[in-house]
Amino acid sequence: MNQKESPSLSRVEVRLAGSGGQGLLLAGLVLAEAAGLHDGREVAMVQSYGPEARGGASKAEVIISDAAIDYPLCSRVDLFLALTQEAADAYSWDLKPGAWTLVDSDLVKHPPTSRALRLPFTAVAREKLKKPMVANVVALGALAEVTGVVSRRGLEKALLARVPPGTEPLNKKALSLGAKMAREYLGQDTSQPQPEAHSEDI
Amino acid sequence: MARQRARLLQGNEAISLGALAAGCNFFAGYPITPASEITEIMSRELPALGHPFIQMEDEIASLGACIGASLAGKKAMTATSGPGFSLMQENLGYAAIAEVPLVLVNVMRGGPSTGLPTNVAQGDVQQARWGTHGDHPAIVLCPATVGQCFDLAVLAFNWAERFRTPVILLSDEVVAHMREKVALPAPEDVEVIERRQPTVPPDWYVPYKTDGSLIPRLASLGQGYRYHVTGLVHDERGFPTRRPDEVEPFYARLFGKISRHFSDLERVRAFELEDAEVVFIAYGCTARAAQAAVRIGREKGLKLGMLQLLTLWPFPRRPVEEALSGRRLALVPELNMGQISREVKRVNNGRTQVLRHGKMDGNMITPDELLNRLREVK
Repeated sequence: MNQKESPSLSRVEVRLAGSGGQGLLLAGLVLAEAAGLHDGREVAMVQSYGPEARGGASKAEVIISDAAIDYPLCSRVDLFLALTQEAADAYSWDLKPGAWTLVDSDLVKHPPTSRALRLPFTAVAREKLKKPMVANVVALGALAEVTGVVSRRGLEKALLARVPPGTEPLNKKALSLGAKMAREYLGQDTSQPQPEAHSEDI
Repeated sequence: MARQRARLLQGNEAISLGALAAGCNFFAGYPITPASEITEIMSRELPALGHPFIQMEDEIASLGACIGASLAGKKAMTATSGPGFSLMQENLGYAAIAEVPLVLVNVMRGGPSTGLPTNVAQGDVQQARWGTHGDHPAIVLCPATVGQCFDLAVLAFNWAERFRTPVILLSDEVVAHMREKVALPAPEDVEVIERRQPTVPPDWYVPYKTDGSLIPRLASLGQGYRYHVTGLVHDERGFPTRRPDEVEPFYARLFGKISRHFSDLERVRAFELEDAEVVFIAYGCTARAAQAAVRIGREKGLKLGMLQLLTLWPFPRRPVEEALSGRRLALVPELNMGQISREVKRVNNGRTQVLRHGKMDGNMITPDELLNRLREVK
């Protein structure tokens, strides 16, 4: 674990946004448990609560840090995932400049920044796995691969502990597909800007 | 202290686990947003341990059932939110005057009335103190982290039993639903306090007679001890009285049993307070924003500090006085229009500049908002 002079520097704010039912709460839980229980970091998580959690734009927020977490909500988002246009529009107003932004390339036609990584999470889940419902896991795999905020090993352990029995192979495959997709995307386009403010922190 | 393996828990889960660790063996309640998880967990856990869980017809009956269970020797809890808390006020007064130990969890949401059911607020602070009519002492605890939810739930039970009084655990929607990584203490490391039982045979038992502690011993109904319980002011035998020479000592004892322990009851947590020029006095979820503001402000060279109030009532007069003394400014952020800031101003007595920072839009106060406010004040 890095020794940082300032506790602010090690703090990473993650927001996973989409529509109620896309599994973003589960994705947030898996991310928080992976980082907190398997990678040994401090974590806090909040989620949309109320009518919006049942449709419309909803979100889960995970704070990952090496220091004890004071403010448990996002205020300057470092990592933003959006699986619908509505969520991308509603929850991108407080992104930190240079924040990692991942969007579903089919469902988000107008990403909040031209630097967004556009990946077909839902299409891949539908076509390669025949299960569009695992788009959230595909996205998690990509997110971990791109940003390194969480270890792949921790993510897999946390994921398999959370998903319904019998779906482990499907979820494992979804995670790998997401990671592969991200690797290929970054490999093609090496000019993809990396957020310099955080690359050293993680 | 031995700790269990770290887990990701919600505040409401931690309150339930804290209650169980403290020996809670009765729950009666009526589910309500944002406290429902507590009711749900207790409905699962208590029957599994062979203890009763009852979903009552409403909140009035819920607290009534807790009072009855407690008099029968159970460690009883209920959990509710704003509208349910209002309904419970009548029985809360009954528990105070009859000196019935119990724990009432109120998870604050936007009010009054149905208000903002799924949004956070801190509007019940004065209601927790004065919601039931008549003058009475009150113990109200307020967590800001998931770990504190567990610790304060245990403390609430211990104080209810020790002081023979209802204790209110005042949480809020953000603390209730946020998940944090916590390693709870091992069960054997949790201190549990039980109420004192009579040592005399049933015929000699005088229910409200006290020794130097001012706290009467409570016999469990059903053990052969017969006594009268009433909401009327009563004498040592538990029967109604209007005699000034009995009424006055009754109230004196009711207040005295709590006020003589103020120094123990007034729990606070100081953060970066030593050299602070500006202090936040904060509680519940708002303390999280204040602590973040202190961290960010200090990185910029501002001498900020925070005093978190874990006990809201009795109001922690002495620690707040100390935290205010010699500071340039104190800011009291809260999700209401000034329910604790008025207490801070009362204690401050004009010596330090005290400003309130009230917010009522259904959302948390942010660290940036607090830092901006300080910039404006300068």
